[in-house]
Amino acid sequence: MEVTLTHFLIVSTILFCLGIYGIVTRKNAVMVLMGIELILNASNINFVAFSRFGNFGLQGQLIALFVIVLAAAEAAVALAIVLNVYKTFVNVNVDEIDSLRD
Amino acid sequence: MNFESLNTSLQFLKPEIAVSILLVVVVLFDLIFQNNKKALPVISITGLLVTGYFIIEQFTLNGYAFNLLTADAFGAFFKLIVALSAIFVILFSISSSEIIRCEDRQGEYYTLILGMVLGMFLISSATDLILIYLSIELLSLSSYILAGFVKTVERDSEASLKYVIYGGVASGVMLFGISIIYGLTGSTNLYTINSILQSAQLGGFTFIFAGFMVLSGIGFKISIAPFHFWTPDVYEGAPITITAFLSVASKAAGFALLVRFIKITFFDSMSESGYWILLNVIDWQSLLVLLSILTMTLGNFAALWQENLKRMLAYSSIAHAGYLLLAVAVLSNEGLIAVLVYFSIYLFMNLGAFFVVMLIANKIGSEDVDDYKGLGSSVSFLGVALAIFLLSLAGLPPTAGFIAKLYLFIALIDANMVTVAIIALLNTVVAYYYYVRVLKNLYLVRKEVEMEPVGVSFGNKIIILLLLIPVLVFGIYFTPIVNLAKSSIAFIGF
Repeated sequence: MEVTLTHFLIVSTILFCLGIYGIVTRKNAVMVLMGIELILNASNINFVAFSRFGNFGLQGQLIALFVIVLAAAEAAVALAIVLNVYKTFVNVNVDEIDSLRD
Repeated sequence: MNFESLNTSLQFLKPEIAVSILLVVVVLFDLIFQNNKKALPVISITGLLVTGYFIIEQFTLNGYAFNLLTADAFGAFFKLIVALSAIFVILFSISSSEIIRCEDRQGEYYTLILGMVLGMFLISSATDLILIYLSIELLSLSSYILAGFVKTVERDSEASLKYVIYGGVASGVMLFGISIIYGLTGSTNLYTINSILQSAQLGGFTFIFAGFMVLSGIGFKISIAPFHFWTPDVYEGAPITITAFLSVASKAAGFALLVRFIKITFFDSMSESGYWILLNVIDWQSLLVLLSILTMTLGNFAALWQENLKRMLAYSSIAHAGYLLLAVAVLSNEGLIAVLVYFSIYLFMNLGAFFVVMLIANKIGSEDVDDYKGLGSSVSFLGVALAIFLLSLAGLPPTAGFIAKLYLFIALIDANMVTVAIIALLNTVVAYYYYVRVLKNLYLVRKEVEMEPVGVSFGNKIIILLLLIPVLVFGIYFTPIVNLAKSSIAFIGF
């Protein structure tokens, strides 16, 4: 069986949905951040697959590189923030961090 | 690419280059002269003034840099607003007790503010989806950190955690939408996408879905209704200087992006009376009207029972985003003039309100509306200033806020959107309640404890006057802003 664009799109859609599912259901802030990473990687698969099968040149691959770099930067910032939250609240459970509310 | 075209492209990027150099200078200065934190704001403001000169130069330019950015008067107008509010925010920071407490990290603070400024400059002139995503991330990453800048305080770290999670999801969803648009059109350039949309019928539903995903990323930045949930928490938790900056500059950049995205990607032709005829892909007008009514109603009604003044101003800024979105929804040049006029006035009144709240919080250590009871006589100057800023936010004549609303309603009536105009009018009436409640507490309630008169330093008085005078003057003599706005939209993107 030949691997076509559709297969890649199915994989990326599944990853995207898993990412959203993880963000909505997980309580631990680190797991929520992993869900965000899944969304970014789903779009990376899209970019690379589209540029490979759509004959759009190398633009898609380049975009994927940019996104990988940004994902690393975002993970660094987000983990630093989570660490800081752990220092002040002594847990990283997003449900229990709710001193700000209406 | 030959040197000549590189040179012309760089000509259009002078403000961005100036801010980048300034950012490096601030980092290096902080590294070399570690004991001299007092000079950092001075350097930043000087650099931003130089940048402002380059921005004013850009008002007469029209061209493209690297096929990624446009340099035009519309972008220059928003860059001017961003640079001005950055200057004011840096002035606020000098006397903010929250920032002074983190004395050893002042270098990072100013560097990150400049990072935000650079991100917003790029957002307001980007015409390529990937550059849009990258610059939104540049803005976001800096603001996540700044939202939790006072690390040891609970509400600060909570604000930054909420901001980073919501923001990460919004930009992730936006990126996924961009990847679908790239797959459908083979390009990320807005002009190319526009020409493809004009010639071919793209898989209808998929494209609309991807368009909504991109809209959610932009909507997050300008905090319109379904994507607003982060705003109150982050605005309340973040240091008040950063709240002020987010509520004005980041919103301005987001609106510039929204207008450019709709105007370039879906543009078909211009009718004789200045209305944009958009391609029949998404019914933008109905969508934006719906979102804006939702946004302003939710913002105004939620603000009614807020006890914390920062949180109340956060909801009020959501409501203002609703009014601004309504002006965009007119989809005409007149509506766009209303947006620009609104922003140039909103800049002064909103920053002013936050600054006065910050100065009072420095003294009484609280932002609660109840703690303002009977303060009127002890905070004489600040009280009067706060009253004028709040009345202007409410849109009462003769303040500038009235003019901002006036132009919005004129644009709405001219476009025959009378029902929507009436809903917006009713909303402004609701808004009076929560603005006036603060003034009632200040002046009409008897004080519970005797307070020492709260003095204001000479420098802070000057800063307040710099914000107060435009609010009063533009309420009567507003021709200059309107003329500037009119000339700024003469060529947007074309």
